[in-house]
Amino acid sequence: MSYRRRASPLHAARAAAGAAWCAALAAAGLTAQHPLVLVALVAVVAVASAGAGVGREIVRALRWLAPWAVAVAIVNMLVVRDGLTILARLGDVPPFGQVDLTLEALVYGLLFGLRLLVVSAAFALMTMAVDPDGLLRALRRLSLRSALAAALATRLVPVLAADARRIDEARRCRADGGGRGPAARVAVLRAVAVGALDRALDVAATLEVRGYGAATARGRRRVRLGGGGPWSRHDLAFGASAVALAGLATGARLAGVGGFDPYPLLDGGDVAGAAAVAGALALVALLPFLDRRGIAA
Amino acid sequence: MSVATAAPPRAAVAPEPVLEVARLTYTYPGAAAPALRDVTLTVGEGELVVLAGGSASGKSTLLRAAAGLVPHFHGGTFAGRVRVGGLDTREHGPGDVAAVAGTLAQDPEAQVVLTTVRAELAFPLENRGHGAASVARGVEEAALALGIAHLLDRATTELSGGELQRVALAAALAGRPRLVLLDEPTSQLDPVAGDELIWLLRRLNEERGTTIVVAEHRLERCLPAADRVIALADGAVACDAPPAEFLAWAAGGAPELQTPAAQLFAAAGIAPPPTGVKQARAALRARALLPAAVDEHAGAGAAAVPRPRRRDRRAAALSLEGVWHERRGGAAVLRGVDLVVAPGERVALMGRNGAGKSTLLRHAAGLMAPTRGRVRASGRVALLLQDPNDFLLHERVADEASAAALAAVGLAGLPGDQHPRDLSGGERQRLALATVLDGGERPAVVCLDEPTRGMDRRAKGALDAQLAALAAAGAAVVVATHDPEFAAAVAERVVLLADGRPIADGPAAEVLAGGWYFATETARITDGRALLPAGAAALLAGAEASR
Repeated sequence: MSYRRRASPLHAARAAAGAAWCAALAAAGLTAQHPLVLVALVAVVAVASAGAGVGREIVRALRWLAPWAVAVAIVNMLVVRDGLTILARLGDVPPFGQVDLTLEALVYGLLFGLRLLVVSAAFALMTMAVDPDGLLRALRRLSLRSALAAALATRLVPVLAADARRIDEARRCRADGGGRGPAARVAVLRAVAVGALDRALDVAATLEVRGYGAATARGRRRVRLGGGGPWSRHDLAFGASAVALAGLATGARLAGVGGFDPYPLLDGGDVAGAAAVAGALALVALLPFLDRRGIAA
Repeated sequence: MSVATAAPPRAAVAPEPVLEVARLTYTYPGAAAPALRDVTLTVGEGELVVLAGGSASGKSTLLRAAAGLVPHFHGGTFAGRVRVGGLDTREHGPGDVAAVAGTLAQDPEAQVVLTTVRAELAFPLENRGHGAASVARGVEEAALALGIAHLLDRATTELSGGELQRVALAAALAGRPRLVLLDEPTSQLDPVAGDELIWLLRRLNEERGTTIVVAEHRLERCLPAADRVIALADGAVACDAPPAEFLAWAAGGAPELQTPAAQLFAAAGIAPPPTGVKQARAALRARALLPAAVDEHAGAGAAAVPRPRRRDRRAAALSLEGVWHERRGGAAVLRGVDLVVAPGERVALMGRNGAGKSTLLRHAAGLMAPTRGRVRASGRVALLLQDPNDFLLHERVADEASAAALAAVGLAGLPGDQHPRDLSGGERQRLALATVLDGGERPAVVCLDEPTRGMDRRAKGALDAQLAALAAAGAAVVVATHDPEFAAAVAERVVLLADGRPIADGPAAEVLAGGWYFATETARITDGRALLPAGAAALLAGAEASR
């Protein structure tokens, strides 16, 4: 999973605009409450990925993430005792204690899982469709720590993906095979996570010794947001879309439109409001993809 | 511990210091002992200084201190003073120090941060606020100096290890720093690329006066170009002297730091120790121990590739028959490889980066399937990949491998509940070997991909002994390596790969004897008559006696 320049409106937009659009989509996922809105956002990411020419990769990522979303739902159902619609009484289950499985806890857990899908897929799309070099340059204007953290986020994904490939290969070379199926996948994931800190330190150290933290005031003035040059139609479209997405998501949350609370007893919530918010978000998010002029790589 | 010191040899007047380290003692956060102890040294403008020492002797930490990463990036307890180009690192972080010192670390993949070579070279200049014209010129000059102008518009993900290391060095040099700090820059390069990199450093040093401090395990590569060698032991300076004096000190104080040429001279009782092949040959010629003319050995190294016989294939531990690996939409990595390895045989695979060594081993172990041809093994094939850290999946040593497997690789004394990532590099390597050798079925073939990266001589010796034991137990051992000395020590047969096919296949004494790059230092001194210092010393003793 890494960036490659393709002929798409999102790739044609400057890094700052593309990253803002992806971040706004993720933020919409974090603020949305109703499952209808979250399902719509998953669909929006999938359609946008197709529009950016990376649909197959994002679908693969979603397929990989889906079991984790289900796992989140199951864990929530096991540890949360709220909810009135009891699906099953499991009695005393160590380490959870007395466990009653409720429909409300399951639905609430699924909401968490959906949020995980939206946020992860939005950042996966950013990794594949937003030029990391441009983003790194744009972030130089910010303070060292935040820029460094964001730079690491953009650089680390491809490095960790390569690590995961190598670790999985090493696992297959172990005499015990390192486990099979999901157990093997978890073992590799854990090893990548353990090594991620070392890798992050390596990449951060390289950025530091290349003078990333020492951009002079003169240098910072020279660096224009997103790499300089006049804003193209795609820069403007994705920039405006990002602002609109953030505004819509925040406004809907503050106004209570599309509200949903599964506890204590599950009901549909504000279905009409949720449908309106979902439609508006989808429209605002996908409009920039309709303009395909000047997108050649 | 006594510290041998001597004045720098070249300049009559001491050059202006670029790097000054005064009474530096540094301890990493959470570490029980300091990584550097009371280190005091000065590196003058235009010097080329080699840092020597075993694993964990403090070389990398000293370079990090000079780059400002210690203490700003790593934290820890820092006492003393480091000044780089007049900047005190207690007041100036790595970003400021970067204007004076370019830094190159060991792993090229972790130090290339942008997606194209041009962007990578422009990055440090942009960070320093250079204008567009200045950036463009800086990029062009760095690319020309490093011979990578043809790579400028390539994606960094498409580059080989050697190319990446050059790009990283070019990025470190792009702002024309006064000082370049390099931490084992050749450890992942093939002999050709490694020698080229050292020559580049020498050129930069001689033609531009750039000050260079390089940490390196394979000292024979650097000593001929060095002005001084600073040897570290247990975090302290043990020797600071010109190369010849350093070698004289190493003969008594640290034999594991001797170069093969110095070992040869020490074994033959010849003094002073030579700093390189040229000096060694001159000294032997002066003593009439080196024949003036090249004789029948001149053709050595061109061992033809024999076609395996059917009978050999049937008895083989590993057999590759017309193996091709063609990438979808890409080049062929293996091109009709025929190879037979007998049980108990020890084979070294050599060749440039990208020659197909790792791909061949992956086919042997079944990680990759040939697009044409056949791979057969008489039993399980164990493969140790390049990075031992990739094998560590658990949080306790005891969970990684059985007690028997740990004992077999010499790790019986390790506490079972120790975290694998707390082990030293050499111990991790052995633990990784234990994970691939473990289990009921003894492997018929043991393959190792570049197992000596970043290893000091002592660790290489231990690995050599382990591989000999495995072969003695009947396993075929196949080692891909860039290290001719290790290949000569470990293998009885060497297969040289180029462009996906074997171009030489024969006894190590033949293949490693006659080449320029794929030859040991001892072979280059003795015109291929011996591969290792002990053999060469015996040869010289015989020549001495027959005079």
